[in-house]
Amino acid sequence: MSGPALSRPAGLIVFGAVLILVAAVTLALPHMVNNYLVRVVIVMCIDVILVASMGLGNGFTGVFSLGHVGFVAVGAYTSGILSLPVTMKHAFLPDLPHWLASFSLPFLPATIAAGLVCAALAAVVGAPLMRLSGYFVSVATLGFLIIVNVVLINASDFTRGARTFAGVPLQTTLPWAMGWMVVTLTVLARIAYSPFGRRFRVVREDPIAARAVGLSILPVRLSAFIVGAFFAGVGGSLYGHYLGAFSPASFYLPYTFALVSMLVIGGMGSISGAVLGVVLVTVTSEVLRNLERGLDLGVIHIPPLYGASQIVLGMMFILVMIFRPSGLMGDREVSPGLFLRRKPTGERE
Amino acid sequence: MVSDAGPLLETRGLTKSFRSLVALSDQSIRVDRGEIVGVIGPNGSGKSTFFNLISGFLQPDSGEIRFAGAPIVAQPADRIVRLGIARTFQGTRLFQALSVADNVRAAAELRQRTGLAAALLGGGRRRRAEAAVEEITEELLDLVGLTARQENRARDLPYGDQRRLEIIRALATRPSLLLLDEPAAGMDASETKVLLGLIDEIRTRYDLAVIIVEHDMDLIMNLCERIQVLAHGSKVFEGTPAEVQAHPAVREVYLGHG
Repeated sequence: MSGPALSRPAGLIVFGAVLILVAAVTLALPHMVNNYLVRVVIVMCIDVILVASMGLGNGFTGVFSLGHVGFVAVGAYTSGILSLPVTMKHAFLPDLPHWLASFSLPFLPATIAAGLVCAALAAVVGAPLMRLSGYFVSVATLGFLIIVNVVLINASDFTRGARTFAGVPLQTTLPWAMGWMVVTLTVLARIAYSPFGRRFRVVREDPIAARAVGLSILPVRLSAFIVGAFFAGVGGSLYGHYLGAFSPASFYLPYTFALVSMLVIGGMGSISGAVLGVVLVTVTSEVLRNLERGLDLGVIHIPPLYGASQIVLGMMFILVMIFRPSGLMGDREVSPGLFLRRKPTGERE
Repeated sequence: MVSDAGPLLETRGLTKSFRSLVALSDQSIRVDRGEIVGVIGPNGSGKSTFFNLISGFLQPDSGEIRFAGAPIVAQPADRIVRLGIARTFQGTRLFQALSVADNVRAAAELRQRTGLAAALLGGGRRRRAEAAVEEITEELLDLVGLTARQENRARDLPYGDQRRLEIIRALATRPSLLLLDEPAAGMDASETKVLLGLIDEIRTRYDLAVIIVEHDMDLIMNLCERIQVLAHGSKVFEGTPAEVQAHPAVREVYLGHG
């Protein structure tokens, strides 16, 4: 029940079908809809990467971190600094150390480097933090987010401080975003539903019993944290190369709240739940954002309602908490079997 | 790793205090291979502390614990399971949201561990490890009749099944010593009888030594070859079930109590 109980060939067929669908959408979408919608889909792909990777630690492992966006920021700045054209580095970041100022990396290596830097940072930060549980770990990781923010603002030789970091090449196209999303979801699903990933859930369910079956808690939590941070860094790089210009404020509490609500609405212990949460929240806020300007339906005239989308999202959040506290998907996954009648294996509730 | 000579478990002068409360004082016990030993005593007599010390969840203030001849004090709980001491908990501690089978797999995996690389790449090593885990899991589920419910979540099982699941989860780590913490608590007479049969069967089948902490005198008297009586953290008496029942001091501290 907790894992996709598909046989190997069936799983491969489903995976292949999804891949073809993604490729078709990637190729066809720009010809079918306007540029605005393509940009919405790109952001959605990036958010899926960020929310699903956050879910590995927060949901599967039960260590509710509020520091994920800290890694997104580190990823965006790392790959931004690495891939800024050399002439721009001289103009924007005159005080950058020579070894960083003298070269410029292409998009892909810069993105992977961003992921690796975040993974390394997570190993260092996580070693003390992953010993904490419950509210303590949430507060402590929030502290990490604040520290990252302050460091970014003050390390102005590297980041231009609180001013906008601009000139990052706009390279996050739809195929890049879709491609990285598929890679991220595949890797996360493979880890989460392997024997290695079962340890994440075991440690979440009962740390004491987990030790009684021979698991050491810290390495299990730390590995989920590191994998999550890697993809946060990747997502940060994609986001940076999508925006082209950003500042430390782009990666702070509002973005944290947005990603957390997507995860919580979708379902914390589910990768497809993360996708669902992103899609639902994005579509709702895009639709509402357009309605905010007001509507004229002949007889009925709706005046502009600025801020309505925020109110509706907040209400969505509250309703999900009341009626489905474990999110829309809980800890189940969307699979072809979900909609078919399953073979009875003994009594069910 | 495990030497065959000498006792399987031996404690000497085991002492543990929580602030000013002495939970266990100068306790010693000797358990041989294949033996079933009971530890009884009123609430607060130090039985649970004794289990927590042996299984590494607590560290003693002083005293010695030797398992298969080697000292194990100061080793963390997750290392001690690996050495071959498995335990259950008072009132069960299952992985509630996981399936029944996954509860067992999580423990069976101890001897077949695969890492992150295997998770990502798969391959022969992972498949062999998973096959071994499946084999143990199926065998143990079958042993306690939980095969038909293996896809249910652990929390949806009736209470008696939860207790049995916890026992086979401990067995899945392939122990040579099994610590059962009040296995019959909350069970009625007929369930206790089934449990008695199960403990006896697994002892023979898996060549186990078992230590049982229990309030249910029926279970203890029928199952144990030797019984140690604790009161206020100290050993009051140790002997066969018949000797324990006949001992006046024991009647006073324990049997009279209930």
